[in-house]
Amino acid sequence: MTSTANQTDSDGHNSDLLSDEVFLEDIRKQMVRFATMQLSDVNQAEDAVQEALIGALKNAKSFNGRAALKTWIFAILKNKIADVLRQKQRTVNISSLQSNDNEDEDLSELFDRKGFWKVDERPIIWGNPEASMREGQFWTVFEACLEHLPPKQARVFMMREFIELDANEICATLELSTSNLHVLLHRSRLRLRECVENNWYLEGEKHAELS
Amino acid sequence: MLNCHDATRLMSEAQERQLSLMERMSLKFHMSMCSGCKNFKDQMSTLRSMSRSYMKGKDEQAGKK
Repeated sequence: MTSTANQTDSDGHNSDLLSDEVFLEDIRKQMVRFATMQLSDVNQAEDAVQEALIGALKNAKSFNGRAALKTWIFAILKNKIADVLRQKQRTVNISSLQSNDNEDEDLSELFDRKGFWKVDERPIIWGNPEASMREGQFWTVFEACLEHLPPKQARVFMMREFIELDANEICATLELSTSNLHVLLHRSRLRLRECVENNWYLEGEKHAELS
Repeated sequence: MLNCHDATRLMSEAQERQLSLMERMSLKFHMSMCSGCKNFKDQMSTLRSMSRSYMKGKDEQAGKK
């Protein structure tokens, strides 16, 4: 796998990457998972991935190396997803996104009645995040934590942090008020950081020893 | 005075908008007494850089080793 990955011809072209089936299948899986989380619809996700890959095949020659190619393929996918989300705005029942339903109660797990951290919920110092990010196992935890977020929170978090849309764009796309968006993002961050902390940093020492 | 719930809300909002001077001052004051929220603040920017790295791909992460 790596041998194919590192082969680029003298012009720095790497169209051979696109005939590397393992690479393509791997990236396609990641794309489908990402798009499915964003769109909550497998068929739409498959379509978006398909279109993004076709777009990528046309210009792949100008990318040197798999990391650059992958970044670029995901950039195309982000745009496709943003398009689909904009179209969805007209067809989907948006009210489901606006209600806070089951997402209110979780904060009482974190804060006491006066709004201060419960003792065992207080955020700790995360030792050396850069080192964590170099460990494959960390990303499994990170991904699992994302998947455990309530769907609405996961969606706005990913639109903001992965697709890097600004707050106005997200509000317009999902027909959310700004304060609604802030609430959702606040909750998603509280949950995500808690999950990463509990499952990575409090699992602690054994990882630290590895790095 | 801010409690931790409001402080974390402001720190989250700071990822989307510029906080007012007043908001920044109350946060600063709160954080001078609250280590949990101080750690939360660092984690906000860490979560952001994690998200960026995640999007760049695990292949690349592994490659940097």
